[in-house]
Amino acid sequence: MGCGTSVAIENQGKPRGHSETAMKAAILIQRWYRRYIARLEMRRRYTWNIFQSIEYAGEQDQLQLSSFFSFMLDNFTQLNGNGPDLISHLLDSVVDPLTEEVRQTRYEQIVVPDSYTGPRLTFPLSVSDTNALLSAFKEQQTLHGKYVLQLLHETKKFLKQMPNVIYLSTSYAKEITICGDLHGSLDDLLLIFYKNGLPSDENPYIFNGDFVDRGKKSMEIIIILFAFLLLYPDHMHLNRGNHEDHIMNLRYGFTKEVMQKYKAHGRDILQLLQDVFSLLPVATVIDNKVLIVHGGISDNTDLDFLSSVERYRVKSALRLPKRSLDHLEVVSSRSSSRQGRVGLESPRSLGRSSRASRKRKSHLTRQASCSSSSSSSSSSSLCSPRLLSRNTSRNTLRNTAMNTPRNTPRKTPQHPPSPSLPSPTDMLQVPFLDSIMSLAPPEPSREEMEWRQIVDLLWSDPKCQNGCSPNTFRGGGCYFGPDVTQRLLQKHGFCLLIRSHECKQEGYELCHDGQVITIFSASNYYEEGSNRGAYIKIGPELVPRFFQYQVSRSTRKLTLHQRVSVAEGSALKALQEKLFAHRSELMAGFQQYDKNNTGRISTGEWATVVESVLKMDLPWRTLRPRLVRLAPDGNVEYESCFEAVSPGQSVPQVTPNLAETLYRYRTDLAIIFNIIDKDHSGQISIEEFRQTWKLFSSHLGVDVDDQAIDDMARSIDFNKDGSIDFNEFLEAFRVVHKLDVKEQQHG
Amino acid sequence: MAVDRDRAEAIVSEIRRKIKDAFDVFDHESNQTVDVREIGTIIRSLGCFPSEAELRELIDKIEDEEPTGYIHFEKFLPVMTKVLMERRFRPIPEEELLQAFENLDQDNKGYLEPEELTKYMTQEGEPFTQEEMDEMLSAAVDPEKNVIFYKDYVSMLSYDDSH
Repeated sequence: MGCGTSVAIENQGKPRGHSETAMKAAILIQRWYRRYIARLEMRRRYTWNIFQSIEYAGEQDQLQLSSFFSFMLDNFTQLNGNGPDLISHLLDSVVDPLTEEVRQTRYEQIVVPDSYTGPRLTFPLSVSDTNALLSAFKEQQTLHGKYVLQLLHETKKFLKQMPNVIYLSTSYAKEITICGDLHGSLDDLLLIFYKNGLPSDENPYIFNGDFVDRGKKSMEIIIILFAFLLLYPDHMHLNRGNHEDHIMNLRYGFTKEVMQKYKAHGRDILQLLQDVFSLLPVATVIDNKVLIVHGGISDNTDLDFLSSVERYRVKSALRLPKRSLDHLEVVSSRSSSRQGRVGLESPRSLGRSSRASRKRKSHLTRQASCSSSSSSSSSSSLCSPRLLSRNTSRNTLRNTAMNTPRNTPRKTPQHPPSPSLPSPTDMLQVPFLDSIMSLAPPEPSREEMEWRQIVDLLWSDPKCQNGCSPNTFRGGGCYFGPDVTQRLLQKHGFCLLIRSHECKQEGYELCHDGQVITIFSASNYYEEGSNRGAYIKIGPELVPRFFQYQVSRSTRKLTLHQRVSVAEGSALKALQEKLFAHRSELMAGFQQYDKNNTGRISTGEWATVVESVLKMDLPWRTLRPRLVRLAPDGNVEYESCFEAVSPGQSVPQVTPNLAETLYRYRTDLAIIFNIIDKDHSGQISIEEFRQTWKLFSSHLGVDVDDQAIDDMARSIDFNKDGSIDFNEFLEAFRVVHKLDVKEQQHG
Repeated sequence: MAVDRDRAEAIVSEIRRKIKDAFDVFDHESNQTVDVREIGTIIRSLGCFPSEAELRELIDKIEDEEPTGYIHFEKFLPVMTKVLMERRFRPIPEEELLQAFENLDQDNKGYLEPEELTKYMTQEGEPFTQEEMDEMLSAAVDPEKNVIFYKDYVSMLSYDDSH
């Protein structure tokens, strides 16, 4: 490679001796440096894998939680006392108690005080309003709740008359800009506007979903996007993403953000947002050639059928449409003991099978699970029994649903038991079919098909192997192969599918022979420096052009080593927390190999245990030096992998087992408590707490005796008034990184 | 004897797992293949210090007769296991690295000008690409004096490498 150049230098007349030494020295430095960079590259890659595994594990937890709701529905008749009340709380949270008119007059009566210095909007909006919003948000101001409600009402009115699929043409504008996930990162949105110009008649935009959650400025982002939508209805287009979903928002931060920013009107805003989100169009088509959806497609995706779907009914992809629940309620109220048993058993097996599925999806990091290649049969995962097989037409489908109601996804012999979570529908259907099947109209299955169509568009990811398989990694939607893409594009005469939904290091990525583009617009998504953001410009010739950027807080360019170290550090922290949350299981595993109680096992044994307990597909042997100490004899001192973190200060008096369980499920519990706590006071009654926890632990199959729960409940009712502050309670179960604590003390 | 054999087997199987772990990080499609351009990173991240020429030789051994641009794990594993068992491409001690810099510093200044280092690294030996050069300089050049105090740089690299 480099030999030629060194000859050239010799010809310049340098003494031969030095030239040779210099060449040897250069090679040595180059060798050294290239190995140094390779090690950094390895760390950068596995950091990415850690972030992705943890992110998707969170999504799975969310889906498991939603199956918990179904579980409660199935079982609430068995509860005594205020059990049914608890359930109605859960259900009511998605039922709007007020009529449109009442709510309208409510926000009209809100008075904006003179002391308010933020922007004031006048409808219909004009350019001066959007300008005022942009500059106010740059100054960290907040828009008053009254204007937010008014903006949402107007947006809702506008969206109601929009079709499910929007057809655009490049003939009116030279180019259209397409942006992917923003996730509450206002800096990225402002950077896009700065580089690419504000939306206008000449500068149309499509935002492809996931505007909210994770980032701290989700509210600002949707205010800006909705304002431009109203201002330029023909040149601003918003597709729904899987995070435009009120149940997702409970876990990923948007609900909290709204309640913090709008103490007085937060609940009304959230209620209205549920409607607005469910009214967002789900797909956009440019020039009848380019399909744009948030997640992707499945082998069931049918754009003709999709255009007739009543999309607003899908308030959340994590819940079946309300009507199915109505049926359930009717039936469950006279549920037989047999139904009760079904309900109780399935969730437990659910815990197990979901773990199995996480393992299976292991290669999720790489978009495709290896086992999925074997299954070319249709099926999106989770939640919906696969009533229709791939080639079933819509008409025969209804019959199928009636005749073979339990015809759930075909289980391929390669991976028993079925890896997907037993769906809420599965459970819901049992009583439904048992008791009122003969009376049931065929509509529910149609409704479920509609729901399925939308879930697939919002949740799916492409994979490299042919076929369509359940997206068990995320727990929702499916993985679609190049053949699925090919068929859909061909059927409609399309040439390209643009989707978002997955973070990419360069902000965009091509797959399926260039027929599928992923575009992701939130830079530094996992951590400062973790990834670039990008947007696409596409003109009449339909050749996409990519523009990359990265928001940077520091002015000085960081070295590769610094960038990698920062991201790696926070990935490892997340991993240490995972290890800590599974401490007793891990310890039991380690001790099996440590017969003589030396506290040491081999690296291989350590890796095997961690892999089997956490079910995360990560290079544990490569990560070992970052997570656990070696003893002088070369074995690992396994307890040292729990040293980096410790539980929060004021853990109430509970058994270690219960503490760990609480710690592990604290996010789930926070969501449940938040739903029960309708007025968002942060307080729930001790009885509600106990009931919830009992149900939840039995749903998880966690063995905690009632006495321990009662003791805990009493011990956290500090002032003995019968209610508890659950935020404070959960805070006690947060783990703390010891290093951080030290820094705080010293700083 | 039997114990020794068991131990040897355990060592080999542990080495194989290590190789698999590293390979998997780059196997994006989970189909037991990686891009041939990334094989150097995998080999080096396993603690080897091959030169580009040695790396090329190794890849030739692993690659299919008709290069597809991808490397299969089953071909990579035996070759790499052998490399690690035989402890080839051993680490370069810090002193040797420092000495190499000293050899480039003909006037014994104790530092190198960025232009000097760039010339050696991009024209001598197995030349750096522009990207590699920029990356190296971004960390090597002292921001105040605008020169490379290579002694500091070597100890920084060694420190980074172990942390």
